[in-house]
Amino acid sequence: MNATRHAIGQGLRRGSTEFVLSLRSAQDQGFYIFMGLGTLAYLWFNRDNELEGTGLMVTTFALPSILGALLAFGVIIGPAYSLAMEREDGTLLRHKALPHGMQGYVTGQLLYHSLSLLPLLLVILVPSFLLFDDVMSNGLAGWATVAWVTVLGLLATLPLGMILGSVVPSVQKVGTWGMLPIIVLTAISGIFSPMQALWGWVQVVAQVFPTYWIGLGMRSAFLPDEAASVELGDSWRTGMTVLVLAAWAVFGLLVAPRVLRRMARRQSGSKVLEAREAALQWVR
Amino acid sequence: MTSEQQQEAVHPQPPAQATERESVVRVRGLQMTYGQKEVLTGVDLDVHAGEVVCLLGPNGAGKTTTIEILEGFRLPSGGEVRVLGEVPAEAGDAWRARVGVVLQSWRDHARWTPRRLLTQLGGYFEPYSTTTHPRPYDVDWLLDTVGLVDNADRKIGTLSGGQRRRLDVAVGIIGRPELLFLDEPTAGFDPQARRDFHDLVHRLSDLEGTTILLTTHDLGEAERLADRILILTNGHIVADGSADELTREVAGTAEVRWSRAGERFVHATNEVTPFVRSLFEQYGDEVDDLEVRRASLEDTYIAMVQRFESGDRAATPTLTEVSG
Repeated sequence: MNATRHAIGQGLRRGSTEFVLSLRSAQDQGFYIFMGLGTLAYLWFNRDNELEGTGLMVTTFALPSILGALLAFGVIIGPAYSLAMEREDGTLLRHKALPHGMQGYVTGQLLYHSLSLLPLLLVILVPSFLLFDDVMSNGLAGWATVAWVTVLGLLATLPLGMILGSVVPSVQKVGTWGMLPIIVLTAISGIFSPMQALWGWVQVVAQVFPTYWIGLGMRSAFLPDEAASVELGDSWRTGMTVLVLAAWAVFGLLVAPRVLRRMARRQSGSKVLEAREAALQWVR
Repeated sequence: MTSEQQQEAVHPQPPAQATERESVVRVRGLQMTYGQKEVLTGVDLDVHAGEVVCLLGPNGAGKTTTIEILEGFRLPSGGEVRVLGEVPAEAGDAWRARVGVVLQSWRDHARWTPRRLLTQLGGYFEPYSTTTHPRPYDVDWLLDTVGLVDNADRKIGTLSGGQRRRLDVAVGIIGRPELLFLDEPTAGFDPQARRDFHDLVHRLSDLEGTTILLTTHDLGEAERLADRILILTNGHIVADGSADELTREVAGTAEVRWSRAGERFVHATNEVTPFVRSLFEQYGDEVDDLEVRRASLEDTYIAMVQRFESGDRAATPTLTEVSG
C-alpha cells in the first residue's frame, strides 16, 4: 500500500514536470496562443451581434460555452493522443517495467492534462475580460460554479480520454476514432448558439454526452439568471448537470482502469519496435 | 498464505531444491505459438545467480519472444517459467523491483533530460530499498558509469543514437536489479560505446553480482561477455556451454597452413599438436609460414545453425548434454 502511495507521488511529480516542460516548449506555447487568438477572433467579430430573439449577445453566450467545449475537447483528445503516442514510443513500456509504474504513469497523465487546461482557459479568459463587457454576471458565486463544473467536467471526461487512447490501434487513428466524433459532438452541443435550432433527436443525442452539460454548467456560472430562458426547459438544470456528469465520472472510473490494464498487458518491446517501423514507413 | 506454508511443511520439497534455488531463471518446455506458427517448441534453460548468459540465434528464432516471456511482458503458450522464483506474468511489484529491463526507445521523453528522467524513474524503487541492497542507484554515479555526464542536462530529444542507448541502459539498471535482461543492447553502438558497455556489464557482474541474460548478434561480444552461451534455433536451445566448450563441441577442426619450397598447404584436423609434430619430423626447417587457426565461435555458430536448420535433429542429444 505504501508503495502505491509512493508511486502516486512519483506520478504527481511526473505530471507537474511534464506541465512545466510543456510550458517551456515553443510548440505548446504556439498551441495555446493559436487557441486563444482563434477564440478571441470569433468573439470579437461577433461582439455586436445579438442571439436571435433572446436579447443575449453572442459573445456573452458563446464565451462560457467555448470554455466548456475546450475543457471537454482538451481532456478527451489530449490524453487520447498522449496515450496512443506513448504506447508507441515506449514511455508506457518503461513504466510497465517499474514497480507500480503504471499507477504512477496514469497519475502523471491525469495531473498533466488537468493542469494543461489552466493556460488554455487563461489565454481566453484574461483577454476576454479586457475586451468585452459583462463577461461574468454572477461574481464570486459564479466563480465557485466555474470551479465545480470544471472539477466534475474533468472527472467525467478525463477517463474517456484514457479509454480512447487505450483502444485506438495507433496514433494516426486518434484522428478518425477520436477527433472526428468529438468535433461532431461539440458541434451539436449548443456551443455557439442554443441547441434548440437542431432536430429533436440530435438534441437527445447531445444530452447523453458530457460536452453539452459542461457548456450548460459554464453558462450558468457566467450568465445572468434571466438567460436561462434560452436553455431547454427554461432552466439551468443544475441538478441534472451534476447527475449526468457524475454518471459519466462513475462510468469512466469503473471502465478506464480495466481498459488501461488490458492495454498495458499487451505492451512489449517488440510492440514498440513494430510501431517504430510502422512510423518510419509512414514518414517515408 | 498460511495454507501454502502448511502444505510445504506437510510435503517437504526434495533436496534438489537447494540447487534449484540458485537458478535465477528456470525454464522447462517453454512453448510459444502465434496462430499456426510455432516460434518456441520447447525451450529449456537455466540461468544461475551471478552468471552472464548470452542467447544467440538467427533472426526469427524466438530470442526476443523468450526474453519478453521472462520479463513478464508476454504470456507463453505452454511450459514452465520461473524467474526469481516466480511466474513472471503473474509476479507482483516487489518482483518487478528486482528485475531490470533494458528497452530500446526511440522518441520518448524528448523534452526531459537524462538526469531528470533517471531521477523520476528511479524514484519508483525507493520503497524497495533495504540496508543491504539500497535502491535506486545514485543518479550522478549512474550517469558517470554509462558515460552520460556531459549530456546529463541536455534534452533527450537532442541526444545521438549512441547516447540514447546509453540512457536506455541506465534506465534499465537504475533500480539496481538482481537480474538484468538486455535484448540486443549494443545494436547501433560505435566501437567505443560498445567497449564501454562491455566494461559496464563486467562491472555489474563482478562488483554487483548482477545476473545478466542478454541477446546479441555480435559473436565477439558473446565470447567476451558471456560465462555461458545458449544457441536458440528452430524454436529450441541447440547448444549450451562456454564459448570454448561450444567451439570444441562442433567445429572441432582447426586449420593448419604452411608453406614448403614456395608451395602453400592447408590441412584441416582435430589433432593439431600431433599433426604439427609429424610435419616438423618429416620436413624440419623446410616448413615455413606456419599458422594454426582454431575454429572461432563464429564458425561454430554458423555450423550449428546450419546443421539444425537443415533438420539434422540427431545431433541434439549430444549437444544439449553440455548443459549438464
